[in-house]
Amino acid sequence: MRPIEYYEPPIPSKVNYINAQYGLKSWLLTKDHKRIALLYLGSITFFFFIGGIYALMIRLELLTPQGDFLQSATYNKVFTQHGIIMIFFFLIPSIPATLGNFLVPMMIGAKDLAFPRINLLSWYIYLLGGVITIYALLAGGVDTGWTFYTPFSTTFSNSYVVATGLGIFINGFSSILTGLNFIVTIHTMRAPGMTWFRLPLFIWSHYATSLIMILGTPVIAITVLLLAFERVARVGIFDPALGGDPILFQHLFWFYSHPAVYIMVLPSMGVVSELIANFSRKNIFGYSFVAFSSLAIAVFGFLVWGHHLFVTSQSVYAGMIFSFLSFAVAIPSAIKVFNWTATLYKSSISYDTPMLYGLGFIGLFTVGGMTGLFLASLAVDVHLSDTYFVVAHFHYIMVGGALMGYLGGLHYWWPKISGRMYPEGWGRFSALVIFVGFNLTFLPQFVAGYLGMPRRYHAYPPEFQVFNVLSTAGASILGFGMLIPAIYFVWSMRYGKRAEANPWHLPGLEWRTPSPPPTENFAVTPIVTWEAYEFAPPEETQVVGKFGPELEQI
Amino acid sequence: MSEHIVPVRIYVIIFAVLVVGTALTVVAAFYDFPWQLNTIIALTIATTKATFVVLYFMHVRYSTRLIWVIVASALFWMAILFALTFSDYNTRGWIPSAY
Amino acid sequence: MADVINSHATTSEAHHHRALQHHFENMEQQREAGTLGMWVFLVTEIMFFGGMFLAYTLYRSKYPAAFASASNHLDITLGAVNTGVLILSSFTMAMSVYFTQVGKRRPQILCLVLTLVLGLTFLGIKGVEYHSKYVDHLIPGHLIPSSPFLENEAQAREHGLHLLEGASLKQVELFYWIYFAMTGMHALHMIIGAGLLTFLLIYSIKGRFDPEYHSPVEVIGLYWHFVDIVWIFLFPLLYLLGRHLEHGG
Repeated sequence: MRPIEYYEPPIPSKVNYINAQYGLKSWLLTKDHKRIALLYLGSITFFFFIGGIYALMIRLELLTPQGDFLQSATYNKVFTQHGIIMIFFFLIPSIPATLGNFLVPMMIGAKDLAFPRINLLSWYIYLLGGVITIYALLAGGVDTGWTFYTPFSTTFSNSYVVATGLGIFINGFSSILTGLNFIVTIHTMRAPGMTWFRLPLFIWSHYATSLIMILGTPVIAITVLLLAFERVARVGIFDPALGGDPILFQHLFWFYSHPAVYIMVLPSMGVVSELIANFSRKNIFGYSFVAFSSLAIAVFGFLVWGHHLFVTSQSVYAGMIFSFLSFAVAIPSAIKVFNWTATLYKSSISYDTPMLYGLGFIGLFTVGGMTGLFLASLAVDVHLSDTYFVVAHFHYIMVGGALMGYLGGLHYWWPKISGRMYPEGWGRFSALVIFVGFNLTFLPQFVAGYLGMPRRYHAYPPEFQVFNVLSTAGASILGFGMLIPAIYFVWSMRYGKRAEANPWHLPGLEWRTPSPPPTENFAVTPIVTWEAYEFAPPEETQVVGKFGPELEQI
Repeated sequence: MSEHIVPVRIYVIIFAVLVVGTALTVVAAFYDFPWQLNTIIALTIATTKATFVVLYFMHVRYSTRLIWVIVASALFWMAILFALTFSDYNTRGWIPSAY
Repeated sequence: MADVINSHATTSEAHHHRALQHHFENMEQQREAGTLGMWVFLVTEIMFFGGMFLAYTLYRSKYPAAFASASNHLDITLGAVNTGVLILSSFTMAMSVYFTQVGKRRPQILCLVLTLVLGLTFLGIKGVEYHSKYVDHLIPGHLIPSSPFLENEAQAREHGLHLLEGASLKQVELFYWIYFAMTGMHALHMIIGAGLLTFLLIYSIKGRFDPEYHSPVEVIGLYWHFVDIVWIFLFPLLYLLGRHLEHGG
């Protein structure tokens, strides 16, 4: 075992990837994966705020039982667009395109991804898809729900289905190219000595995510295309008048959209593995179990889509098969939670901001995952389907899970990305505000849904109002909590404390470059001779975080 | 250079096999076989042709195990899509519904 | 400093091929990455077409008579010729890769030209077929307002479409919807392939490829073969499925 204190810090250099070249063109035509990650960071944040505005409108409407803020047709558009923007333009690209793009080459000891120009192309494709979707929103919006169920979307909706579908179709290519790049890079560009089982778990989860992107995204692509053709031709394969089956659309749609939720959560799990191991300064418990569970989630995730069709005309036998498989898919996720918890046991935890997000993830993802099991039971789902229970379930995973991991990762790697530290006190404060706000927003929704409040309704019976008021109050707190990091990250780029190469004193390969790194990452290709999470023995450990070594003497 | 160069005669043989397969499948299409055999024969011939293209024209026969795994995975995933979707369509109506 | 050793010490700088990209260690790694990348992309294409094959399989099993009737109206000769054309083009493409591997530039360029010509021939024949569909009112729905789909059996008989027992015109329309979606998507991929071949041709003529660097030829070859494979399945599934029910073959 190699104590990290023996490692000599890299030669500090004045030139890094940020100041290597100046000018807009050097950014817009860059081939550097780190710059592309920042380009993505900017655009993803932009779409997040748009999606957030829609969320605000939903919560404002639902403050009162009557539909008095928005007309029902408008409300339909608002929740549809909230879903589309958040899912396709924020959650799916978020971690892979920002943290993944930045860190995958660095963590494996490579100079860049396998196809740098394709990486840049994927960003432009993302923007093109985004622009087309925004055009559709501004032109009048789409009201079919992000699920685009037929025959409403093909035949009866008077909204901009084709334009939105086109935007999503194009955006899918961005996803595919990112996944392709990661798979090829991880297979062919690992540094000498970096065997598969020395890879950080962040890499394993991004590899599994890329598998899903490759295998699933094309199916949504053809589905959206067929939907658009059907709308244009005014007749088609989902049309019952021709003998078509609208449920075929749902099969094809959910074949991708269920694995898509694993695209959203697996990278976050990868971040959490890094956070838990590194901020408790202990090797992750059961490394190979966690690694294989990422692959298992990717594979099993493709076998369960029918649980979205339980209350349709899907055969009950198929429902039973999908129900059983949906229970099975929870197992690898649970394995991860157990392993993270076991890692924490008798470890040396430091409660820095990234760790707060990591711990938050474990708790909130567990709640979200378990409520998913309730929904996977056929009989229970008959009552809970299309209620707020479902809404709460997936927000626990997406926001409590994926978003927490994203924020935790951003904080953790911020010194490496920007060369600056964020203000730790504000970081911890906003993490707690977000945690409180989030739970206040979505916990009442479980109860409301269980009691029968339907989703996608802009007006509801008065007995549900108390839950909605709590939820909206929570949403305001959550929104406020998320504004704070937005502000201090930007602030820190100019005024934050300059970060050293390895501010957290950790063994990962990405910490062996200067902060920020030079364009080519490593001056010489490293030769890896150590395992993934090798920490120094306790007597040589430095305490990281706000409470410095002087407290050790107490 | 570690690339394997496939000899020309292999390409010619495979080409001939493909042409023969095409002719065979057209001829077989007009003959009325019992049960579903027409479809099975057509798909068998098509799969054989595709296999030869993949193995020889696309060099998979001479490629690394990783490429084999990739091709197999794609086929497996198609199988998942088909199998689970048809688990729905083939079992509809087995349980009489309330309607 | 023991961890981080200069691994470039043994690589001679002078040996770098002009086509070696800066982030790769050597040509072998670059080639491996390129091939792997194209295969991963082909996986996405397989899943993409897979969705349409699923729709086809479902509706064929539901409406066998209608599908057979509709299929029998397709021109089997043109379909078979097109199949032969594509198989030949796959052969010439493979030969083009071979000639690049052994460094014979002239035959390589000739084979590329042949592949391109054959591909365009395929598209031309497809165009003829599509035109005949337009003439026979077999384009689904109101895609072409001046030529809506067949409305009744009499009109169908007029245009040579014989409905088998149990087939309805609406289901026949479903078949043609799938026909156009699948062959149209296939044709789009051929067009893209033709564009890629043109690029290859230009670079080949400029002498960019040699036995040590010809990854683009190989990789675009893989794409072309894939498009051929899709057609190998489309032909029997669309053109041949009902021939054995035709009386008088």
